[in-house]
Amino acid sequence: MKSLKEKLKGRLSKIDEKAGKSLPPQNISRRNFFKKMGAGIATYVVMTDVLAFQVLGSDAPLKDEDQLASWIHLSDSGKVTVFTGKVEVGQNIRTSLSQVVAEELSISIEHIELIMGDTQQTPYDRGTYGSLTTPQMAPILRKAAANLREMLLQQAKEEWKLGKVKLELEKGFVHHPSNGGKLSYGDLAKGKQWMKKMDEEVPTVDPEAWKTAGTSVRKVNGIDFITGTHRYVSDMSVPGMVYGKILRPPYIGAKLKSVNTGKAAGLDGVEIVQQDDFVGVTAKDSRTASVALAMIEAEWETSPQLSGKDLFSHLVNTGKDQTAIGNALESEYLISDKQLDQEFLVQYIAHVPLEPRAGLALWKGDELQVWTGTQRPFGVQEELQRTFDLPKEKIRVYMPDTGSGYGGKHTGEAGIEAARLAKAVKNPVKVNWTREEEFKWAYFRPAGVIRVKASTQNGHLSAWDFHNFNSGGAAIEAPYEIKEKNHQYHSADSPLRQGSYRALASTANVFAIEAQINDLASANQKDPLEFRLTHLKNERLSNLIKITADAFGWGKRIKRTNIGFGMACGAAKGGYVATFAEVKVDPDTRELEILKVTGGFECGAILNPRHLKSQVVGCMLQGLGGALFESVEFDNGDIKNASLSSYRVPRFKDTPKIEVILVDRKDLPSSGAGEAPIIGIAPAIRNAIFDATGVKINQLPMLPNGLVPVNS
Amino acid sequence: MKLTVNEKEYEVEVSGNPNLLEVLREQIDLTGTKYGCGEGACGACKVLVNGTPTSACITPAVSVQGKNIITVEGLVKNGQLHPVQKAFLEEDVFQCAYCASGMAIAAIGLLSKQRELTEQEIKEGMNGNICRCCTYPEIIKAIKKASENKINL
Repeated sequence: MKSLKEKLKGRLSKIDEKAGKSLPPQNISRRNFFKKMGAGIATYVVMTDVLAFQVLGSDAPLKDEDQLASWIHLSDSGKVTVFTGKVEVGQNIRTSLSQVVAEELSISIEHIELIMGDTQQTPYDRGTYGSLTTPQMAPILRKAAANLREMLLQQAKEEWKLGKVKLELEKGFVHHPSNGGKLSYGDLAKGKQWMKKMDEEVPTVDPEAWKTAGTSVRKVNGIDFITGTHRYVSDMSVPGMVYGKILRPPYIGAKLKSVNTGKAAGLDGVEIVQQDDFVGVTAKDSRTASVALAMIEAEWETSPQLSGKDLFSHLVNTGKDQTAIGNALESEYLISDKQLDQEFLVQYIAHVPLEPRAGLALWKGDELQVWTGTQRPFGVQEELQRTFDLPKEKIRVYMPDTGSGYGGKHTGEAGIEAARLAKAVKNPVKVNWTREEEFKWAYFRPAGVIRVKASTQNGHLSAWDFHNFNSGGAAIEAPYEIKEKNHQYHSADSPLRQGSYRALASTANVFAIEAQINDLASANQKDPLEFRLTHLKNERLSNLIKITADAFGWGKRIKRTNIGFGMACGAAKGGYVATFAEVKVDPDTRELEILKVTGGFECGAILNPRHLKSQVVGCMLQGLGGALFESVEFDNGDIKNASLSSYRVPRFKDTPKIEVILVDRKDLPSSGAGEAPIIGIAPAIRNAIFDATGVKINQLPMLPNGLVPVNS
Repeated sequence: MKLTVNEKEYEVEVSGNPNLLEVLREQIDLTGTKYGCGEGACGACKVLVNGTPTSACITPAVSVQGKNIITVEGLVKNGQLHPVQKAFLEEDVFQCAYCASGMAIAAIGLLSKQRELTEQEIKEGMNGNICRCCTYPEIIKAIKKASENKINL
């Protein structure tokens, strides 16, 4: 039987009517493409191309088979335009993807423009999440740019009527091999309408020879951000635009019983929109809209909701697929000389993107344009399609570079609300969520309960039974060699709306795994680093641990009163993490001081060292919040700390001495880095506190009242 | 009512008692100043009022009549970036950069009070500004650099 890949290749060859001059399979026709883009040379990639296929794996739905993944256009002015459905939320992928393209074309990144996350202009993309942009989109763009380079060389040979010679490219020019002449890329593209599908076989630049990729190129358009001229969605306006606000229930689960909008409607310029439970107002400024909203008299029918104090028992009680432990594992556990059975509790936390959700909607007849900050513009397009029963072609969703997401902006609430209001009031509407709305009506990182029962026999891991209730299955498998092991994720009934988050469940699972390993090492009077290395078979992880331990000075640490050292390691989303911490616990006040954190990270070939370091630092510091103090408090449907004065996030003063160790593996493909480095910080600190005090803290956040407890 | 922003006078409407942030963003179209929390807890909306960093989201517009308001858009002089902006750009500080304008304003306020700053003083002086991407070490480095450069504010 033919493999799926072969089948798809067969289909593509039919589409390629004439080698080198073929048309893309759908979405764009060559004529329309060049009409829009101007004359030039272009190359395109379809999803079925090997690189995309490998990365997407079984995840790739077949309907995407012939879907364009990206295309690159070179204009007769020498400008390179790259189209990708990925979006920029602060990962600085606009920069790293530009570097990849610049490298293959031997140009500087100023000549490159990335058009991102625009459903009308860019190819379909399922979303910017899962640390997939770097492993998925970067190789595609690299190959596509390499193809464009080959097209330029071919064109130059034709113009110079050269046979089989090797031509050199440099800074936007192709050089003649003998007569000293040169042709600019723009000259080569002049008057052309040449479009070619990407050829897998075209070689790309060896990472060892990278000049632009792999260097610390600065953030593209950085000046626009520091001068305040970049327009995030919340900053945008269009002529005739009004400001919209939505009536929210006072509690989760409350249903609208009755509503009186009379007083609000009397305000100057205010319009009321009411469609069943959807009630909103629009006004010429946001202040008037807020006042009008406050004047609406609504009665709500509340229903009992689960409170925070009952959360963990509820998650375990509603956990699915709870089967009995296997006999082999059970008996191995029972005969082992050291046994440890622990439970770990993980609270809900909020993403708190500094730019709350925002959406701006504009109707032109039955055509809808929505600007919104989302990690899934094409997903929002589908949501709009369902809401308004429109064909997709009539809906454009556009996402300018947005004020962060961290996994918290997979949805399109504000854009959909703006579109509903705009349709009703027949004017463009902008809906900017308040911080309180963002806390109460977005979604949270899942809470969870983790139960792990593990044992050692003669100092070797013998049994391991690991259960995660609700928080998720990411990185659930311990990276250690264990004789008998079992790990299970049990989905459960979540009382609060939950969703994706930076590294998602990896943080909770690695916290439990690394705490358990630490405590088993301690029970065996073994050095936690040695104990790990004995049981680790993953060379990339072991190497990283050793390098990071050296930088931290693990072997030279001197035990002092009230000072502790801890470590943690793990792998997530293709990245390898080793984190070391030194802490001090005041024996009287029980205050924690983090003296030093050293974070090691390895994600294959590094595309931009400075931006990578920034992601690693950002992950570790953001992770401090969930490790130490972040927690969503809720009581009978009421989120009690829905403000930045009551929900604490890491600030300048929380920044410890921090060192980052990056291991550059030019021989390995690059993975994403926006998520994985968050996983090590909580367990490293937890284990350091244990080392300092003997207290085992098995909950996240660890210090909800700011102090280290006296007992475990 | 008249408001002086970035050395220009604007006629603004204050009948509904809007805060300064709403007036800047919606009436004068100066959107570099951001909304982050609405309670003066995150620093995204900071502007200079007579040289002092002030949270525009909790400042009634009528309360700053006759005062000099400088927003991030007013920091560029004669086409030149303010030295603090320059330091931020050179150190390539930001990820999503939504906090950038508030950070620049707060840093300028801090440096104008005290030209030489230790790392601890920067942490304390900047603690009212949140960078949710947590680029704090890079921001500290940039402010330190601006501090060491003995810049002309």
